[in-house]
Order: sequence, then structure tokens, then C-alpha cells
Amino acid sequence: MSRTREVTLCSLYSLPVVFVGIKPPELKKTISPFALNFQLGNFADICIEYCDSVDQNLQMVEKGTSLLKKMEISVAEAEKRTGKNAVNMQETYTVYLIETRPVDAASEGTNPVPDSLWRRYSEFEQLRNYLLVTYPFLVVPPLPEKRAEFVWHKLSADNMDPDFVERRRVGLENFLLRVASHPDLSTDKIFYSFLTEENGWKETVFETGFQAKADSRLKALNATFRVKNPDKRFAEMKHYGDELQSVISQLLRVRARAADRLYGVYKVHGNYGRVFSEWSAIEKEMGDGLQSAGHHMDAYAASVDDILEEEEHYADQLKEYLFYADALRAVCRKHELTQYELEMAAQDLTSKKQQREELATGTIRTFSLKGMTSKLFGQETPEQREAKLKMLETQIEEGEELVKERNGECEEFVKSAWVDIERFKEQKDHDLREALISYAIMQISMCKKGIQVWNNAKECFSKM
Amino acid sequence: MSGSVVDNTVSSGNSSAAIPTDISGQILDLDEDDDLEVFSKDTTLTDGSSFNASMQTSPASMINQYKFEEDADTKDIFVTVDNPESHVTAIETYITYRVMTKTTRSEFDSSEFEVRRRYQDFLWLKGRLEEAHPTLIVHPLPEKFVVKGMVERFNEDFIETRRRALHRFLNKIAEHPIFSSSEDFKIFLTAASGELTSHKKQGPGFLSRMGDTVKAVAAAVRGVRNRPQEFTEMQEYVEAFSQKISSLDKVTQRIVREQKEYLEELKECGPTYALWSQSEEELAEPLKNVAGCVDRCCKETEEQVKNLSDQLIPVLHEYVLCADTLKAVLRRRDNIQADFEAKTEALATKKADRDTMRDDLDKAEDRLEWANNALKSDWTRWQKVMRTDLRSAFVDTAERNVSYYEKCLAVWESFLHSQRTDAEGNGKVDFS
Repeated sequence: MSRTREVTLCSLYSLPVVFVGIKPPELKKTISPFALNFQLGNFADICIEYCDSVDQNLQMVEKGTSLLKKMEISVAEAEKRTGKNAVNMQETYTVYLIETRPVDAASEGTNPVPDSLWRRYSEFEQLRNYLLVTYPFLVVPPLPEKRAEFVWHKLSADNMDPDFVERRRVGLENFLLRVASHPDLSTDKIFYSFLTEENGWKETVFETGFQAKADSRLKALNATFRVKNPDKRFAEMKHYGDELQSVISQLLRVRARAADRLYGVYKVHGNYGRVFSEWSAIEKEMGDGLQSAGHHMDAYAASVDDILEEEEHYADQLKEYLFYADALRAVCRKHELTQYELEMAAQDLTSKKQQREELATGTIRTFSLKGMTSKLFGQETPEQREAKLKMLETQIEEGEELVKERNGECEEFVKSAWVDIERFKEQKDHDLREALISYAIMQISMCKKGIQVWNNAKECFSKM
Repeated sequence: MSGSVVDNTVSSGNSSAAIPTDISGQILDLDEDDDLEVFSKDTTLTDGSSFNASMQTSPASMINQYKFEEDADTKDIFVTVDNPESHVTAIETYITYRVMTKTTRSEFDSSEFEVRRRYQDFLWLKGRLEEAHPTLIVHPLPEKFVVKGMVERFNEDFIETRRRALHRFLNKIAEHPIFSSSEDFKIFLTAASGELTSHKKQGPGFLSRMGDTVKAVAAAVRGVRNRPQEFTEMQEYVEAFSQKISSLDKVTQRIVREQKEYLEELKECGPTYALWSQSEEELAEPLKNVAGCVDRCCKETEEQVKNLSDQLIPVLHEYVLCADTLKAVLRRRDNIQADFEAKTEALATKKADRDTMRDDLDKAEDRLEWANNALKSDWTRWQKVMRTDLRSAFVDTAERNVSYYEKCLAVWESFLHSQRTDAEGNGKVDFS
């Protein structure tokens, strides 16, 4: 599949508005969930067209990551491969072609062959896991879904289905561009070598030891613990993440069912086409009108395929934020964990200090087995007490260090995480607003098609 | 429309050239040709209310003055059916409809009439017209009970659908050149309830009807030998037409079903967007807006479905019933021919009663010719009406669909507009 260049246009929020013509259907194939497109109809007012992946780079450049300033990234193709897996069994899988190209070359007008390498979905997963453990305070962009969910009857749930593969290709490209446009993530070396080093990347990433961290992270995130003083903002964010996940899931479910039904409505009209055609055969004067009306009914029935394909892109945009909600919750959870560990260290320190005080003053304020046993079996010798005190002192010192460290970690975490959460909020508001606009535009396009078909049909009917 | 009114009583034995073989051509020319004889409106001759097997009248005189349905200027009778009311008696509960007539026809005593009629009365009228004119095409009545869908006879939608169909039925009768001058029709439109009841009782006796039915069955069993090609073609057409129109009826009903299910799902979308807006700040407004748009589209979809159910489906359904009527008409024609053929054979073989048999044969021949001609011209007429009805039903449907999409389009365009205005308001874009 050739990579198409689409006309570059503006963003609602930055560059001036430009008119373009209607996109031919094939170009729509390269739309990523990140980009929005719609057709220009006979709008009385200015219609804004949103960018494709090329212009996406432009947008990102506006945001100024140095990575994107120097290279263009895309996931250009997908291919099926067969090979032996870990247990020596034949398996079929899909690989995706990552292409990178220096930015200057494109603008100079020369078109050098891009650098490229093939990666499987599992490698993308490894990359993301690495990023998750390395940057736990960042809302890491999500991957497209592993398995097709929220399908309606015509959509395949099969991972090998070409439509699914195509949508996944677009989603993977989107993922790479999101990472590449993130101020922090874009500077990561492992990410860079993921894009540029075909061989040896797996070893390199393994050497970082991320896998072990990933496992313990997962365990920690799933553990239950109670935090005494969570940061209110994070608690609210986590709650928001939950709500977002729930409402988007619901929306996707409802939308999929509605799409299924709409498909049925349109397709049944195809039967009109068939019956009109048969009927026209027995009529003399009515024949022509019926026959041509029948053709329009067939066209109407066929038009739903394109309509629903476009709607899938909208669903993909929603899905991205469904998964983003998960990433957001992970950051909040990590904060809780950090906070919890701080609180544990502080608690431990307090108790140690109390023990020291008791030992020093000889009063027992806290119940301890040692205390009781010493009461029962006699006091310790002064030397023993001295030794104990000394040990406690060391522990307290270490404890204070730990608390200071953890406190620092916590503050660091809160600071950087909150910055990224703010960035994420802005991105989400922008993207989802544009998604809603593109949905409206899709509905408009569908209505226009309907108007056209039924006007044509009406003309044919009046010739009956 | 002018023409000399001639009192023309033609005896049944006279099979002269006064009986045109194809009347339809004459009907069309009547407007332009003043010399053409217009037969009298002598009601004793054309009274279809008494079934007279030995037809004293000529076929041509049966078809008295024509009013062309296409010519609106000459429409001189207007009938409406409305105002359903339920009546409760000790034995039963039933619905009556108000039937209002406005007319300038001289055979009516007054220019306005208002009566109440129940479904049974319509059935009676239809039966009478069919008896009097076995090979003319009577527009179908709505069915006794609705098979699919609604169950209750007293359901509001059912009553309304029936009312509309009854209205159409009476109008089709009023527009029919022969039926509209039927005495039974006149009585139906004008008589008080008591009068109507007694008139109904005057109909041909049960026995005479029995006799005719037996004859008809006997004829059917015999079958027809030499059916003219054009009637065979008609039958083939009716078969095919019946299939096609039934399919269209089914397809349309299926569309309505699918639309209703789509609507059910769509109704959940709006509230979901609204729910989402509650968790958001910046996005709250556009989300609420989208929720509103989806809800408005829901309302439009609901109306569109209702229109389809109320407008297109009843018309298609009526023509399904029409196809059955046509089949019955063709059968009756066949029976009349079979009867004639049987009598011809009898005359050839039997030796006794030759005079009476020849008499019978002549009458049967007349009846056949009259039946064939009546059918042929009414067939042409029916085809025109069918074409008009179905064409306007489909054009109407297409128009409504266009209107539906236009309304939804406006809803979404207003959303876009509001988003753009918002962006301008936030100072983010300059659209000048």
C-alpha cells in the first residue's frame, strides 16, 4: 500500500483556515485516530478540514519536540508472516513497517528512501511496558486494542481480518507519534532505537531490566492498601479516570449496537431495488421509472458501508481515550503507592523514635513484647540498654534519611505527574472536541448522501 | 360535457353494432365528440341493486354517464369518513364512523348528507357492488381483523388506519364511473340508519343467492375452454403483480421494524453523552450539545417511521388486496364464460327444450360480452389509478425521506456552527 500524501491543513487552534476539495475515498484509509477528516460539502460557512498524518507531524512540531523536528515517523505497511514461536510451533502473525525519514529531506523536495524496519505488536507492547516502568509519573500513550472489542455483527473480531489489521496499523502509527510528541518520552534512547535499530533492540531493552520492574509494578498496582493523606487532586483524577472509562465503554457499546441496526435499515432497502426491477419487467409505462428508482435504492443500500467505516474511525478515537483513562489511573495509583510508602516510612520512624524515648526515660508508653518480657523477667542491664539505644539511633538516622528520600520522591512525583496530567487534560479536551466535530461532520455527510439518493429516487418515481 | 341525451332501450336479443367491443376508446373520446350518444341515466335500467341474471339492459347502457376521474372540474361529489365513535349495546360494542357527503348531483335530494356507518355497512356496500358488477374492480376494504401487529379492534392506531382506508374506499367508489351512480351507494351515503337496515333486507333472497352460487361453483368446476388471450395475459400480469406488491409490502414492513430497532439503540446515545458531560469541564458544553443533537435526530427518526407506517404501508397493503380482487374478478369472468360454453354445448347435444335453451344461450352470450367489455375498460381504468396511487405514494415517501435528512442535517450543522462560534469566542481563531 503506497503512502499517500494528503493535503495539509490547519488546526482549529493555530493556523489560518484553508479550503480544500473532497477527499477521494482511498485517501481516507490512511487516517489515523489522531487525525480528523471530513468532506467539504456545500457549506454556507467556512468548513475546516483537519490534518492527516503528515500534517500531524506539523502539529507536533508546533509543540516542539526535537525528535519530530528532525524526523518523520510512520507505520506504512502491514504484512503477514509465519514462523516458529517459542514452543517451536508454526504461527502466523502480522508485522508492521516503521518508516523514518529526516525532515529536511522532505522539505528540500528530494525524496530519499526512508529508513525502515519491521516490528510485531508484541514488540510495541514491550516498548510500552518499558516506558511505563521508566516513567511512572507520565500518562503513557496507549496502544490500539489487542483484540477487537465492541464489534457489531459485520465487523470481524478476528485479529487477522484485513480491516482490523489496517485499523491497528493506524493505531500503532498514532502511538508512535504520541510518544514522539511527548516532551519527555520523545527523548528516550530506547524509544529512538525502537524506531531505528531493527536488530539488537530486543536485547537492549531486556538489558534495562524493565521486565522485572514491570512485574513488580503490576503487583504493586493491584495490591490493596490504604493511604492516610492522599493528594486530593490525584484522588479526584483517579475518580475521573474511572468515570471516563465507564462512560466511554458505555458509549462504544451503544454506538456499536446502533451501527448494527443502521446497517440493517440501509441493507433492507436493497430489496426495494430487486423488487422494483422485477416489477418493472411486467409494466409498460411504469417500467423505466421503477427500474431507475431501483438502482438508486441499491446505491442507498451500498452507501452504508462507507458511512460505518468512517464511524469506526470515530470509535477508534474514543477507544484511544478509553485506554488513556487506564494510563491516567495508573499514574494516580502510582502516586498512592509512593504516598503509602512515604507514610509507612514515616510511621516506622515515629515508632522507632518513641521506642528510643521510652528506652531513654524508662517509661513505657507503648506496649511491646520486649517491654513486657523485660518487666516480667527483669530489666535489662545498662549495657544492653546502651546497645539498644545505639541501634535505635542508627535506625532512626536511617529512617530519617528514608523519610527524607521518600518525601522527596513523593514531591518529585507529584510535581512531574501533575505537570503531565495538566498536559494530558489539555490534549484530551482538544482531541475529544475535534472528535465530536468530526462526528458531526460524518453525520452531515451521511445526511447529504441520503438527500441526494432520495431526491434522485423521487425523480425516478415521478416518472413512473 | 354535453351531448344529446337519448332514451335508448336496447333489447337483450339485439346484438347489434350498438354494442362496442371495446368501450374504453369511446370513453376517452366522449369529451370531444358531441355526436356520440350519451345513454340515459334511467335508473330502472341501470339499477345495480337488483341482481338480474337475465339482463334486460345492454352492456353499453350499463355504463352510463361517465365522469372522468382525471378531470377535477367535473368532480361533483365529495365524501369524507371521520369521527370514529364507539357504541355500546347489550350484545356488542362497535365503532361507527361519520360519513359526510357534499354533492351537486341531481339524483341526490339534497346537497349535503351526514350519516353514521359501521364496518359491516361498508362490507354490505362492497358485496352489493360486486354482485351487481361481477367483472368490475371494486377497491378493497381494510381487512376485518389485523393479522400482524395490533390485536385490539379498539386500539386507537387501528381505528385511525381503518378510518383512512374506509375513506379511501368510498372515494374510490365515488370516482368510479359506474359505481358512483349505484343506487346502493346513494342509499349508503344518504339513508338514516333505520332506512339502511330495511333496505339491506330487501336484497335478493338467500335462496336466489344460493342458486347463483351453485351455478357459479358448477361453472368453476367445468373450467373455461377458450379463454381469450388478453384475459390470460391479464391473469399472468395479476399473478406477477400480486407477488411484487406483496414483496414490497413485506420489505416496507421490514424497514419499519429495522428503523424501530435502530431508534431504540439511538435513544440511549444521547443520555450517554449527557452523562459524560457531567464528568467534564471544558468538554461539558460540546458533549451536552451532541447529546441534544442526537436526541433531536431521534425525534425526527421517530416521525419518519410513523410516516412510513401511516402513509406508504396502507397503500401498499391495499394494492395487495387489490391483487386478490383482480384474481376474483378474473375468476368470475371465467365462470361466466364457462357457463356460456356449457350452454352452447347443451344446445348442441340436447334435443328437448331447444327454444328455452337458445334463449338461455343468448342471455349467457350477452352476459359474457358485457362482462368482458366491462372488465376490459375497468382494467384500463384500474391500471391508471394504480399507477397514480403508487407513484404518488412512492414520491411522497421519497419526499419525506429527503425532509428527514434535511432536518437532521440542520441539527448537526447547528452544532458545528456553535463549536465554531465557541472557538471564535475563545479568541483562538479569527474567521474574518
